[in-house]
Amino acid sequence: MKEELIVSGRNIPGVDPHLTLWHWQIPLYLFLGGLAAGLVFFSSLYVIMGKEDKAPTAVKWASFITPVALVIGLLALFLDLRHKLFFWRLYTTIRLQSPMSWGAWTLLIITPLSFVWSASYLRELVPQWDWKFKWLYAAETWVIKNRKPFAWVMIVLSVILGIYTGILLSAFNARPLWNTSILGPLFLTSGLSTGAATIMWMSKDHEEKNLFGRIDLLLITIEIFFIIHMFMGFLASSAVQIEAAKLFLGGPFTVSFWSFVMILGLLVPAFLEILEWKGYKIPAAVPAFLVLFGGFMFRLLMVEAGQLTRYLY
Amino acid sequence: MRYAMAVDTKKCVGCSDCVVACQTENNVPLGYARDWITETVAGTYPNVEIEIRSERCNHCENAPCVRCCPTGASHIVEGGIVLVDHDKCIGCGACIEACPYDARYPHPDGYVDKCTFCIHRVEKGEDPACVAVCPTHCLHFGDLDDPNSDVSKAIADRKWKVLAPEAGTKPQIYYLI
Repeated sequence: MKEELIVSGRNIPGVDPHLTLWHWQIPLYLFLGGLAAGLVFFSSLYVIMGKEDKAPTAVKWASFITPVALVIGLLALFLDLRHKLFFWRLYTTIRLQSPMSWGAWTLLIITPLSFVWSASYLRELVPQWDWKFKWLYAAETWVIKNRKPFAWVMIVLSVILGIYTGILLSAFNARPLWNTSILGPLFLTSGLSTGAATIMWMSKDHEEKNLFGRIDLLLITIEIFFIIHMFMGFLASSAVQIEAAKLFLGGPFTVSFWSFVMILGLLVPAFLEILEWKGYKIPAAVPAFLVLFGGFMFRLLMVEAGQLTRYLY
Repeated sequence: MRYAMAVDTKKCVGCSDCVVACQTENNVPLGYARDWITETVAGTYPNVEIEIRSERCNHCENAPCVRCCPTGASHIVEGGIVLVDHDKCIGCGACIEACPYDARYPHPDGYVDKCTFCIHRVEKGEDPACVAVCPTHCLHFGDLDDPNSDVSKAIADRKWKVLAPEAGTKPQIYYLI
């Protein structure tokens, strides 16, 4: 038997008896950041391919969600800070080794650009919209003329944004559950999947709905493969990572992970999307909502469970 | 110069004097701690072994808290001491998540705080508060590059270990066993 105890009385909020420092704000942000990355990725992809007419929802209408998601996400991040008035310190330095610094700078660029992107489609959505100022019309024309280079910038930023939400966690070697490099691609795939599901939900065009249903199906398959891969990696690794994996394989997070993330968030929507592909009539809202729900639960459980895993005590 | 500390687990009685001294010296808020006592009990009666350790920030050579800090608030100064610049800290908590020793805490004022090796005393040539008050003289502080320093001599002829070396942080608190 071996028992390790802190005996000098330590009761630090958020740290003792185990880390609970990051609450709902971080997973909510990771979810919204991933969703925004997915939406930006598909809108810029179809512009780059020159197939805007094949995916009008992805390129135009869904892109209106991106700035909203990013602003709510940024607000959640701000709420998480404990020294709030010093937040501008993020922008007095660039720390290449810190994923959070990468993220802060990426957000600083992609958030205003996502506003510009959707603003350039605003007059298509609301034809009577008046920009009031001449220079705004000029800016709009300039953006419309330079859509392709704009889309290239956005697609690169979206991949950085999507991957960084995973790398943010995987860079913490003190938390064995997070300390796996698969988390970057996994979070990117999950973010792309939530983006595709949202586009599928919003689209009124039957063909586009089907297209994004199939894209989402592919992404869900990759995601399931990555998750299995993650657990295989953990189980073949050191004792702390085996312990970490056990939280989901028999431990306290087993039921919530397998029912909310694996079954409701991945397998059921995948099954519904297959049915739809085969010609059955499935309301797109159902699989789309499940994918979004699963994406949020996945991040919530990963953040929560990761903070329980450690080397000592 | 490489500041480090050695903790003699055979001499430590777990009196918590170091904890109280630190809280007084550094105005640590109630319930919070920059150093603490850990007791490890191993074995089954009657073959029981107990190890008592006075623990604190390990001032790691490969400090994950410094690496992940997005503002550069967490930094390493001359002598290898890991510090937090309160006016640069945004309280994001990344460093707290990054520390395998749970040695950092969010100060009620917002910034992240931790053991400083009492740098304000060390600069004057004094020992850190915890070392100065230890009634069993189980704490040894000094410069590892100086073979005559208290800490160099303490680890020279004793068996020692560091905590969670597998985390790869190269910790600089040596536990004499």
